[in-house]
Amino acid sequence: MATRITMPKLSDTMEEGVILKWLRKEGDNVKQGEILVEIESDKADMEMEAYDSGVLRKIVVPEGGKAPIGALIAVIGEPSEDISALLSTAAATTPSGPVLQKEPKSPASQMGRPAPQAAAPAASSIPPPSRPTDGRTKASPLARRLATENNIDLARVSGSGPQGRVIKRDIEGVLTSGVGNAARALRPITPGTSADVELSLIRKTIAKRMTESKMTAPHFYVTVEIDMDPAIAFRDQINNVTQIKLSFTDILIKAAAAALMGHPGVNASYLGDKTRQYHYAHIGVAVALDDGLVTPIVRNCEQKSILQINEELQNLIERARIRKLKPEEYTGATFTISNLGMYGVEEFVAIINPPEGAILAVGTIAEKPVVKAGQVVIGHTMKATLSSDHRIIDGAAAARFLQDLKRLLENPASLML
Amino acid sequence: MPLSFCHIVMRIVIFEFPELICIFVSSLRRDSSQQVFHNVSKSGMNSAAVAVAPKTQSSRLLGLSPEVLLSWYDDMLLIRRFEEKAAQLYGMGKIMGFCHLYNGQEAVSTGAIKGAIGPDDYVITAYRDHGQAISKGVDPKAIMAELLGKYTGTTKGKGGSMHIFDREKNFLGGHAIVGGHIPVAAGVGFAIKYRGEKKVCLCFLGDGATNIGAFHEGLNLVGLWRLPVIYIIENNKYGMGTSVDRASAIDELYKKGIAYNIPGEIANGHDVLDVYKKVKAAADRARETYEPTLIEVQTYRYRGHSMSDPVHGLYRSKEEVEEEKESDPILLFTENLKAEGVISDEYIEEAEKRIKKIVTECVQFAENSPEPPPEELWNHVYKDSSGA
Amino acid sequence: MAIVSLREAINQAIDEEMARDERVFLVGEEVANYQGAYKVSQGLLQKWGPKRILDTPIAEAGFAGLGVGAAMAGLRPIVEFMTWNFSLVAYDQLVNNAAKMYSMSGGHFHVPIVYRGPGGAAHGLAATHSQALEALYAHIPGLKVVMPSTCKDAKGLLKTSIRDDNPVIFIESEVMYGDKGEIPDGEYTIPLGLGEVKKEGKDLTIVSWSKVLAHVVWKAVDTLQEELNVNIEVVDPRTIKPLDVDLIVNSVKKTNRLVIVEEGWPFAGVGAQISHEVSSRAFDYLDAPIERVTQEDVPLPYAHNLEALSLPNVDKIRQAVKRVLYLD
Repeated sequence: MATRITMPKLSDTMEEGVILKWLRKEGDNVKQGEILVEIESDKADMEMEAYDSGVLRKIVVPEGGKAPIGALIAVIGEPSEDISALLSTAAATTPSGPVLQKEPKSPASQMGRPAPQAAAPAASSIPPPSRPTDGRTKASPLARRLATENNIDLARVSGSGPQGRVIKRDIEGVLTSGVGNAARALRPITPGTSADVELSLIRKTIAKRMTESKMTAPHFYVTVEIDMDPAIAFRDQINNVTQIKLSFTDILIKAAAAALMGHPGVNASYLGDKTRQYHYAHIGVAVALDDGLVTPIVRNCEQKSILQINEELQNLIERARIRKLKPEEYTGATFTISNLGMYGVEEFVAIINPPEGAILAVGTIAEKPVVKAGQVVIGHTMKATLSSDHRIIDGAAAARFLQDLKRLLENPASLML
Repeated sequence: MPLSFCHIVMRIVIFEFPELICIFVSSLRRDSSQQVFHNVSKSGMNSAAVAVAPKTQSSRLLGLSPEVLLSWYDDMLLIRRFEEKAAQLYGMGKIMGFCHLYNGQEAVSTGAIKGAIGPDDYVITAYRDHGQAISKGVDPKAIMAELLGKYTGTTKGKGGSMHIFDREKNFLGGHAIVGGHIPVAAGVGFAIKYRGEKKVCLCFLGDGATNIGAFHEGLNLVGLWRLPVIYIIENNKYGMGTSVDRASAIDELYKKGIAYNIPGEIANGHDVLDVYKKVKAAADRARETYEPTLIEVQTYRYRGHSMSDPVHGLYRSKEEVEEEKESDPILLFTENLKAEGVISDEYIEEAEKRIKKIVTECVQFAENSPEPPPEELWNHVYKDSSGA
Repeated sequence: MAIVSLREAINQAIDEEMARDERVFLVGEEVANYQGAYKVSQGLLQKWGPKRILDTPIAEAGFAGLGVGAAMAGLRPIVEFMTWNFSLVAYDQLVNNAAKMYSMSGGHFHVPIVYRGPGGAAHGLAATHSQALEALYAHIPGLKVVMPSTCKDAKGLLKTSIRDDNPVIFIESEVMYGDKGEIPDGEYTIPLGLGEVKKEGKDLTIVSWSKVLAHVVWKAVDTLQEELNVNIEVVDPRTIKPLDVDLIVNSVKKTNRLVIVEEGWPFAGVGAQISHEVSSRAFDYLDAPIERVTQEDVPLPYAHNLEALSLPNVDKIRQAVKRVLYLD
């Protein structure tokens, strides 16, 4: 009895997948349980096992091919049975599974903040365009000559001829839109070109989720400046005495977890008719990838030591960077921390990852003059901004949480408890 | 079988007009002192030429002076030795492309050209043209240089073996497309008549050329307009490798003129005197009356069609070739002259030396001559017009 | 200036040259008694007599070759082909004798001959009687090929051709013989190898010749200039070989766009040669690929609609013009 192998849903936001590699070819025997295919989801690259034994009769979607969730990607069956009936229904089915609930749009709370940024920066280099080009600029011989004669960079002229061919009128356009003869003596301004980058699955997911979040949750922002000298000293102590290399993120996570335990209102999700307050802190840490970001989660931070958090986080980040996270490792956070401090950013505001209620954005630890005991001394401070969902968190709650967080970070010994 | 072609066929044909008696005897070998006329007359605008064929048994040397006869001897010998040398040079790779040799046919060229016509008369021929050019007085040194592709050749090395030309000698080539020159000959005759000149154009062609379209179109124009052209078919029995009886619907090629109101006759190509006599009669008539003639000269080539063609073994037997050599025209003429006391052994020996020397000089001249310079490539494509 | 028909212009050229040079004579089918199959030689027999105006049998190879021989022997023949379709029977004489005699003979014998007659399509004459064969002759070194599009050009060029010491292929058109045009009074000639800008323009160049220019291109130019608001330059090479490449190239350098309109077939046609010349010599001046409008690559059918579909027409020219102007 032949069975249809369909595109699995490998993350809660996945809508389509890309076949990366078939580990068996048509005609091979397949045993139930062995890995059959590698699939790219919007989050990570996943291995899929065969659920039935048999002969891999037909590969419907080849390597590199895309298919929506539920679409037929292969057929396993007996060597000689007729599978034509299964193949004829290979048309893609609509994705099944839970779809993110779309909240009715409500005006986002501006609070005078600048335009919201993504929770983590995009990679600084533009990836090569995925549409095939051969790199040549098509231009008529006349256009080429005119461009050369007028010191115009042909590659930056938009062509109106067939297949984007640059022709005489395009060069003339550049010339006549210039500022006149005097300016022509300077470098002429060319309109410039653009490159289209196809959206990867991750990018599409981020785009969708961040839009939903911003349009749905009324964001407001509260910032505190934290004296980090104690944390620095604390970290130095540990790093000098043990083999461990603690990072400030580890300390921050522990502090946040402790603070969240004291403020369940911030460690919560808006569920429409109710608020769910969590009694555990699964904290996600935003990690930048080439074409997006992912937030691996350290679970139950409230119970884990800083050391544990440190080890887990290293492992998660490593695997996040090579896109080998399991779904349970990036779903289910109750709170997220995003750090742009390594870029010298002083402070910023982040967008809440739904269905969480808040997200903490931290900046760099900056050396600056501070006032201690009435004196101006050199100190180290860090700014942390909490974005909160005003549907379930009010300003005072946010402020109180931050107060606690600050206290914990400024007294790191308390984190050892 | 080709050899049956050698047998005598006797027929008597009597035509309507009682003053004409047509008798023909066709003998391919030694003694055809008899000739054949086929005369055709028709009612209508063009009246046929009426030719009376004398039965000849006058002096075998036709009253020609020894100087003249010996000059013919020299001419034939020169052609023979020249062609033998050309064969040798071809084998050495000094002559390229096609080279068609005249060995065995010398009497035709000498008798018709050197004997029967003058310097003002025109000769146009196909590609077996070395002998005819020599008989017409074209400098053999220049011919040899042309064969070697040198700048001093008759056509600056640009024509080669098949395209010997000489304007001064009224030698109009040297044509490689079978039959292509036949209408051209008609044009030469046309020009003569147009200008009212007393000249004739001899047009040589092979037996194979009597089957191609241009032969018929050319002869028809000559016959229709009565142009002073003598078409001389050198019937050496084979086209390239195809014998006449396998190529032509009729074997008697001289009859092909009937369709075009051109009288036809046969001449013995092994007898220079016979060729001379018949061509001279036709030429004289043409000059006076602008009447054309078709003469089939029965001859034989000892070598292959060209240097790329086997002498024997493929389409003719070695025995046939050897047998034919027994009627070598130079041999026969020598015997004839000896019999009449015109030529001596001393002369023969001296002539041999002299001719050999001439040929050697030709080769030396040719070999020492330069090739045409590169810019010659672009010359003579168009002629600058004088505006005439 | 006088207004004459094309046949009269050609007749005058022949007549004048025969008067000027007694070596000139005319042969061809029906040129004498019949007064010319298309009446081009009307009156010439009466004037010059049967010695110089001769009817030939239907034997193109024969009389084309006769012309070569007569020319080699010092005369200056004009050989008429009733149409250029029939010249193919004489192609060997033209290509292997006429074209090559001067070269093969190393300069001994030149062939001052004019082969003339109508070529190209008329109406409903079907495949073997409608051919535009100039490419077959232009391809051969040693020949000159001339194709006038006006009465003035025809007379001037024919006189020059007759005086030229080379074999000249002079292609007329039977559907043009009745066309009227102005010719200058008195003696005049037009040199071979010299084209003419028949109309100045600036937006694109059309190169065309002979009947297609006279009967199709001018119509297209009038229509399209208004329709598309463009100014078209028209270049008539007049002589196909040797081709006035400079004239064409200079025009394209000015307009940056070229459309060639010809009646011949596209493969290895004259337009292909012009394309090559322009693309190599005016490469940096081309704003669009060169366009050709030719007859379709099929033997010409008889049916009226198919014939019209195959031959160049205003609409095909429109498409080509729009393409080079990027207006499609």
